[in-house]
Amino acid sequence: MKLDTKTEDLLRIVSVQDARIDAAVAVEFKDAMRAETDNGPDLIVLDLSNVEFIDSSGLGAIVAAMKSLGRDRKLALAGLTPTVERVFKLTRMDSVFSVFPTLEGALSELGS
Amino acid sequence: MMSAPRDTPEQNDRVLSPFEVHVTSGQLAVREALEKFLDRLRPLKLDIEEAGTIELVLAEVLNNIVEHAYPETGPDGPIAIRCTQKSNGLLVQIKDQGSAMPDGKLPLGELSPIGGDIADTPEGGFGWFLIQHLAHDVSYARVNDENLLKMRLAVTLS
Repeated sequence: MKLDTKTEDLLRIVSVQDARIDAAVAVEFKDAMRAETDNGPDLIVLDLSNVEFIDSSGLGAIVAAMKSLGRDRKLALAGLTPTVERVFKLTRMDSVFSVFPTLEGALSELGS
Repeated sequence: MMSAPRDTPEQNDRVLSPFEVHVTSGQLAVREALEKFLDRLRPLKLDIEEAGTIELVLAEVLNNIVEHAYPETGPDGPIAIRCTQKSNGLLVQIKDQGSAMPDGKLPLGELSPIGGDIADTPEGGFGWFLIQHLAHDVSYARVNDENLLKMRLAVTLS
């Protein structure tokens, strides 16, 4: 599971490079997210624009990553492809995160 | 003057002969099965949303088999997926020889409530919800020491 990280003044962008976050890589994703977000800015933007498929395990792993940030830090999602967005909507998990259609939109909105 | 190309071959392409996909359980079984299955559906020229729905539902069913029917602590076993095209969609039957469903029946597939404390946000329980929500006529039976899950996936063939 390859994640690219870029740290700006107020936030950190974590971009998923793989096309799938599924059961086969869910644990790996969780561990990689922890490593990339262990310290640094309080706001993390997870860029999902390369992800074409997510299943319930991948969704659970993103929720777990958000929870492991604790109460004072925040995980926002950006660049959801239609298939990925639908999984978040169907499970109502889109209400748990701030969701932005594009990474650029997320960055301008979140004040970077 | 050339006559216009006939469109009957296109029509015929959209009729799918019944097919089966076989894999052995294990960590990469689900990806392998999905790839094979979607490849066989290619003649239907499904749009990206329908193909995505089929991939998601099948992934959830197969994840469940790989994680629960054939748990890591036991031996791997066969998984067979059979697909038959009907007028109202694709009838998909998935068979495995692993452990039976708890209580011998399908989980309800209800979402846990969300809201309130962020620490209580559910991290699981989405799988059966997605199956029940996106597939039709989902049924389960234990037949001759095998699990048989049947479902219908609506597809539009315009």
